[in-house]
Amino acid sequence: MKEYQTITEISGPLVFVETDEPVGYDEIVEIETGDGQTRRGQVLESASDYVAIQVFEGTEGIDRNASVRFLGETMKMPVTEDLLGRVMDGTGQPIDGGPEIVPDERQDIVGAAINPYSREYPEEFIQTGVSAIDGMNTLVRGQKLPIFSASGLPHNDLALQIARQASVPEEEEGDDEDGSEFAVIFGAMGITAEEANEFMDDFERTGALERSVVFMNLADDPAVERTITPRLALTTAEYLAFEKDYHVLVILTDMTNYCEALREIGAAREEVPGRRGYPGYMYTDLAQLYERAGRIEGREGSVTQIPILTMPGDDDTHPIPDLTGYITEGQIYIDRDLNSQGVQPPINVLPSLSRLMDDGIGEGLTRADHADVKDQIFAAYAEGEDLRDLVNIVGREALSELDNKYLDFADRFEDEFVDQGFDEDRDIDETLELGWDLLSMLPKDALNRIDEELIEEHYREEEQAEEVAAD
Amino acid sequence: MSQATESDVREDGIIESVSGPVVTARDLDARMNDVVYVGSEGLMGEVIEIEGNITTIQVYEETSGVSPGEPVEGTGAPLSVDLGPGMLDAIYDGVQRPLDVLEEKMGSPYLDRGVDAPGIDLEKTWEFEPTVEEGDTVESGDIVGTVPETPSIDHKVMVPPDYEGGEVTATESGNFTVEETVVELDNGEEIQMRQEWPVRSQRPAKDKETPTEPLISGQRVLDGLFPIAKGGTAAIPGPFGSGKTVTQHQLAKWADADIVVYVGCGERGNEMTEVIEDFPELEDPITGNALMDRTCLIANTSNMPVAARESCVYTGITIAEYFRDMGYDVALMADSTSRWAEAMREISSRLEEMPGEEGYPAYLSARLSEFYERAGYFQNINDTEGSVSVIGAVSPPGGDFSEPVTQNTLRIVKTFWALDADLAERRHFPSINWNESYSLYRDQLDPWFVENVREDWPETRQWAIDTLDEEAELQEIVQLVGKDALPEDQQLTLEIARYLREAWLQQNAFHPTDTYCEPEKTYRIMDAIKTYNDAAFEALEAGVPVEEITDIDAAPRLNRIGVQEDYNEYIDDLEDDITSEIREMY
Ligand SMILES: Nc1ncnc2c1ncn2[C@@H]1O[C@H](COP(=O)(O)OP(=O)(O)O)[C@@H](O)[C@H]1O
Ligand SMILES: [Mg+2]
Repeated sequence: MKEYQTITEISGPLVFVETDEPVGYDEIVEIETGDGQTRRGQVLESASDYVAIQVFEGTEGIDRNASVRFLGETMKMPVTEDLLGRVMDGTGQPIDGGPEIVPDERQDIVGAAINPYSREYPEEFIQTGVSAIDGMNTLVRGQKLPIFSASGLPHNDLALQIARQASVPEEEEGDDEDGSEFAVIFGAMGITAEEANEFMDDFERTGALERSVVFMNLADDPAVERTITPRLALTTAEYLAFEKDYHVLVILTDMTNYCEALREIGAAREEVPGRRGYPGYMYTDLAQLYERAGRIEGREGSVTQIPILTMPGDDDTHPIPDLTGYITEGQIYIDRDLNSQGVQPPINVLPSLSRLMDDGIGEGLTRADHADVKDQIFAAYAEGEDLRDLVNIVGREALSELDNKYLDFADRFEDEFVDQGFDEDRDIDETLELGWDLLSMLPKDALNRIDEELIEEHYREEEQAEEVAAD
Repeated sequence: MSQATESDVREDGIIESVSGPVVTARDLDARMNDVVYVGSEGLMGEVIEIEGNITTIQVYEETSGVSPGEPVEGTGAPLSVDLGPGMLDAIYDGVQRPLDVLEEKMGSPYLDRGVDAPGIDLEKTWEFEPTVEEGDTVESGDIVGTVPETPSIDHKVMVPPDYEGGEVTATESGNFTVEETVVELDNGEEIQMRQEWPVRSQRPAKDKETPTEPLISGQRVLDGLFPIAKGGTAAIPGPFGSGKTVTQHQLAKWADADIVVYVGCGERGNEMTEVIEDFPELEDPITGNALMDRTCLIANTSNMPVAARESCVYTGITIAEYFRDMGYDVALMADSTSRWAEAMREISSRLEEMPGEEGYPAYLSARLSEFYERAGYFQNINDTEGSVSVIGAVSPPGGDFSEPVTQNTLRIVKTFWALDADLAERRHFPSINWNESYSLYRDQLDPWFVENVREDWPETRQWAIDTLDEEAELQEIVQLVGKDALPEDQQLTLEIARYLREAWLQQNAFHPTDTYCEPEKTYRIMDAIKTYNDAAFEALEAGVPVEEITDIDAAPRLNRIGVQEDYNEYIDDLEDDITSEIREMY
């Protein structure tokens, strides 16, 4: 292995080295500083007489005398089932004081794209126990469904609630109830130690740690390292899912910090920036992470992703949520207003979406009335939301009886359906029955999104009677 | 992709530098846009710039581990596709490699590198039936025989456009591979079922004509308000989650084209899987055959190499033109053209070209118009008529239509289906904004609707448009004072407009019946609402209070017509009930 002491330039996270032998693009590099520290990096550009290297742990302390070794291979992640229960730093080094990890295989962390022809369409309902998700924006196995949040909002509580409660209904009844087939991979990028503790405490308290693999890059860890943390997490996830048959839930937080790291590298390379200074290839880069969710024909396991991102300035047109929304299969919005109203979890269902819902619900999957109930609730809640603006101007008296019902519906929907608390676990039947309780506030012929037979079967005549009696 | 059969022997080069999908080579003897094989693994690439001794190549596969000093081999041929039987029911990547064959060759569900495969199976035999005889004279482009490719489609074998043509000296009939000669000409030209065509050049045609027939989509808001012509162009811009892909899928399923080419350009893997799983099970409402039998899929998903994203739209449109040459009506959907534009931007910035608006290369607008120009209703060189309709989804950052890709596209296309996030949020689907969208084909298609659906199609539609326009104006007032403050006739208009929105414009793509609506049904729903409108206004004039008119039992049934399979009877009854209920009031 050739060693060079020919660094010509150090700039931000980048190091430029003169070389006299060819070096492979994307190859891993080790840089040894004068005081004996080793830093790792990756080749970003390779020409016949020089290479540009991105240093993961930061370039601090590197000088022109540092020696550079090219390892002749791209970055690999040692994988084994023994990773379950382990805690690693953002570059995959164990930090839990546990035994050395003996890998089964070493896999390339830049996963190859799944052949679209080899995918299996995800349609297996995951019950999260959260009505706003199960009822309105259903998650399925193999989906990538991000949480769009913002600073100061309880997205972590929701992610933890999902990780705790997620189950597939048929499993509850029997066969593979041993619990071993479900695994959580947690990839933290630039979160605070306090946030990290929140996750770790919950994992420990609920015993989830045993079936988890944790990768921690904290706020004071090197930023560039964040670009590999999710790749390590996803490589581990793919291994467990597609070679060891686990159903893996991957939580990645905070994608915003990941994107900031991309921007930093782009700026250091003096690239032409795209929107708001983020690299023009950020869409492709994010897609290479998010598209690693899914199911593969003939394989048992699945990779479900819940990336969390905090929208700068609560703005969903910002490139990070925008590009994410264009790639993922929907999104769950955490809402600041609902949060200040004390709604837990403060999910705004209207802009939220699950694109895989349509095939994952219905008879035999959830319930025959699910799709219609969901459509009707969306329509009614949207109507009520609209009227809230108007009622501020003209007052309730100026509204028709039906409009007043829509207003009440919107209030009750938030208070009863959405605000269930972070500890309540509702099954899909409870969620849909609650939906019918609320919809029955409205007159039957206003339920134009629901099949007439389903109305006959589920509509609660007594709700109407009560309403009348109360008036 | 086409595996060039013969090519000039050219000098190989040596890799000089590697940066993501862009590689430079020294001493390579190649022409602009030639296909080359890069590195010891032989990754496929295309020449995109030549400067002195240095050739720049965009590589269609991942370049991790590739290093300077490795060889680059030229093929001497531009990026081309294989054209012949076997393209329907197929799924390709952006450079026409069949994804099922790749899976088999790679023995893995992951896309490996350096594996190539021809676009059509070279070993499979097809039953060729000549339509010419010895002694006939054929010209370039002429049809010389047919092959039953799928139950829906007879594949026409044509004299390649770059042949001269001449007198037929021999014909074969029976089973042949696509490389065997089936017709020979006196000038020595031999015709096989397979031909090649470079993707970046338009296939020749005689004449482009004004389209007069609609591409019926089975979607009420499109056929009813904003129809696209066979041979027309349309853009669907919208933020994420507003319904671009579902609309494109609906068109791929139900449009009355002979052939559908669906290009998934830089979007989700699962959306392609959905098509692969659903289409074989769906029936073409017109022929009754499986939809897959008329469909060719091109999938270059967002995580696949970015250079192939740039080429996939060309691969798609070249295949579309080839079927057009047979005299078929072809519809091409590209989801999403923004990803293609972004791929152009990414490559351009790696070339350090001078960026134009928002970093896109200055030639963005030229590339877009070249592409959409390949759509049209054509008189082919063999005198058949065929069309290519192009429907492109656009994904504007932040949903802002003022960005360059949307704006440049709108300057070219004639149909604009504006998706609206507000409508999508309230689950009004398809969330096509009826105030902003337009179709410049409307007038030229009216005669077809008059002749084939109803004589008063244009008038009834105009009534619907006027009602919706009036609603938009009234809504602004309602926002300030509430509905009850409006005069009675305006309250009634709002109620009628609500039915137009809910019963006519809304259509559930996931309901087995509502998903497809034939033009007759589109007309009848609109007309049923008009029947209610006319009876209601008469009653209002006769002094019946508006609440009573809008409260009739029959009216809400309007919302259920969409899901009725036997809609004629349902509507007849409903119209009777509405009119008699209202008549009884005065
Ligand atoms: N015509 C439709 N009928 C029913 N649902 C629709 C329709 N169009 C869109 N949707 C819903 O909206 C979601 C997003 O649509 P999609 O076409 O994927 O959006 P985009 O491609 O613009 O991001 C779909 O998953 C589906 O739930
Ligand atoms: Mg889409």
